[in-house]
Amino acid sequence: MTLEARDVHIGYRDHKVVSALTLQFEAGKIHSILGPNGCGKSTLLKALGKQIQAAYGTILFKNSDINKWSRKAFARELAFLMQVHESNPEVTVRQLIEYGRFPHKKKFERLNQEDQAIVDQAITLTHLADLTERTVDSLSGGERQRAWIAMALAQQPGILLLDEPTSYLDIHHQLEIIELIKRLNVERGITIVLVLHDINQAAMISDQIIVLQSGRLYDCGLPRNVITQKMLRDVFNVDAEIKVSSESEAISVYDFRLIKG
Amino acid sequence: MILALLSVVISLGFGAVSVDVRSILSILFGNASSDYYSIIWNIRLPRTLVAVFVGINLALSGALLQGVMRNPMADPHIIGVSSGAGLFGTAMLLVFPAFSHLLVPVAFIGALASALLIYMLAWDKGVSPMRIILAGVAASAFLNSGVSALYTFYSDRIQGAVSFMVGNLSAKSWGHVEIIIPYSIIGVILALLSAQRMNVLLLGDAESKSLGLNAEGYRLWFIAISALLAASAISIVGLLGFVGLIVPHAARLIVGNDYRILLPASALLGVAVLCLSDTIGRVAFAPIELPVGIIMGVIGAPFFLYLLRKKRTT
Repeated sequence: MTLEARDVHIGYRDHKVVSALTLQFEAGKIHSILGPNGCGKSTLLKALGKQIQAAYGTILFKNSDINKWSRKAFARELAFLMQVHESNPEVTVRQLIEYGRFPHKKKFERLNQEDQAIVDQAITLTHLADLTERTVDSLSGGERQRAWIAMALAQQPGILLLDEPTSYLDIHHQLEIIELIKRLNVERGITIVLVLHDINQAAMISDQIIVLQSGRLYDCGLPRNVITQKMLRDVFNVDAEIKVSSESEAISVYDFRLIKG
Repeated sequence: MILALLSVVISLGFGAVSVDVRSILSILFGNASSDYYSIIWNIRLPRTLVAVFVGINLALSGALLQGVMRNPMADPHIIGVSSGAGLFGTAMLLVFPAFSHLLVPVAFIGALASALLIYMLAWDKGVSPMRIILAGVAASAFLNSGVSALYTFYSDRIQGAVSFMVGNLSAKSWGHVEIIIPYSIIGVILALLSAQRMNVLLLGDAESKSLGLNAEGYRLWFIAISALLAASAISIVGLLGFVGLIVPHAARLIVGNDYRILLPASALLGVAVLCLSDTIGRVAFAPIELPVGIIMGVIGAPFFLYLLRKKRTT
């Protein structure tokens, strides 16, 4: 088990956001966290990524408490990308990606050829070769998201945490990111944990779906077991049709309707 | 680089008595027989060296603060580090004039104390750049009113304190150079060695944590370096405004936002700007010498407004 939460409670001040969560994230799989706004998805992801501390309970990474990991060692194993970046720095795409090597370097060590090769590889994987000399703040939304993902890849993490990587993107760029994530998982064996809003996209790529409701675990498991009409009604307060393709077991959810009253 | 060296030479050459370049060089290389020896060696060289180090310190201090706060408007003045040094410095000059030889350490303590105070005021389970700036502005207002109160109570002794508040390079001796050099060297080395970490910190708190950098720890670290640099400069030349604000900006326009390049560029530009401003101050209305702080303000304020307007249109 690469990442594991045991009876985790997380709160800001007196306000509990996540309670009594026990979850397992198997290595080499894609895990999507779903749930309505304010259900604690991002908070959970932040705790898993050592961005915030759990108030109670333990989070284990590679079988040891993440609080015992040094920040730098942790960053060599796990990369965390948040939804909105505080700033889009006026540095070139290549420079941004080079920062991904930071946790692998000693205090004043410079990048060597090996690092450059890893950066090149991240650029190729994310199809950014034409944009390396552009500055990050001049990119479009989709290009920018790929640049940040490339930076995370340069960290060479075994596990990648992504908070709503497709929000604010048009459908083409959403699919581009979703495909990239799938490819990283299949080709590189990177474990992925991501927060998503789009149920169909989650169903498309995930091995495990985790549904949160008011900070508690509603259900988790295979997409076809978790994505049900009952779940949509209970958690999102919507009705929808669900079609399961007979050959591929792919799920599509359509014809969403609000449940009123 | 060239600009910085040139400005130093200009600063040495111009003044009530003009000295040509060749004489300056020969004096610098140890020729004590020249007629201008005492002017250059005893008066202009220490003054210029003070300007050099003050320029470096203030420019680096501003560049670091702008990075830490992720805010282009941050400088030692605006976030209150200067007013801490100002209040303590003024108090020394006005209330305990007998101890004025302790001015530098006291002003330094003032700057560090106000930096820490601001950091604590802004603390709320971590520190956000926005809260630091707000706390800094509030603390600045508070400390500055303390300065004004001192002026009112001790209006008879105000003479020396005014030049401290305006920022002045006149009558700087080798003693001043010796005071500022150690702070400068330590501050510059620490700042330059930390440049790459500043780059990472600039990505944002969550991003730098994700890259394995302790964001809050390094923010405090950079504020401390910046306070060290600013305080040592302020305690010698007084409250010199705008160098810390303008110079890093101008440098950023020229070399970009990579701190490994930006820091040295700011330092050199700081040297050039301060030396030239001081030279202008000495020469423009000769024989009256304008304090360099006034020149900086006159040039600095319009430039600041220009940046504001440019920011709005882009």
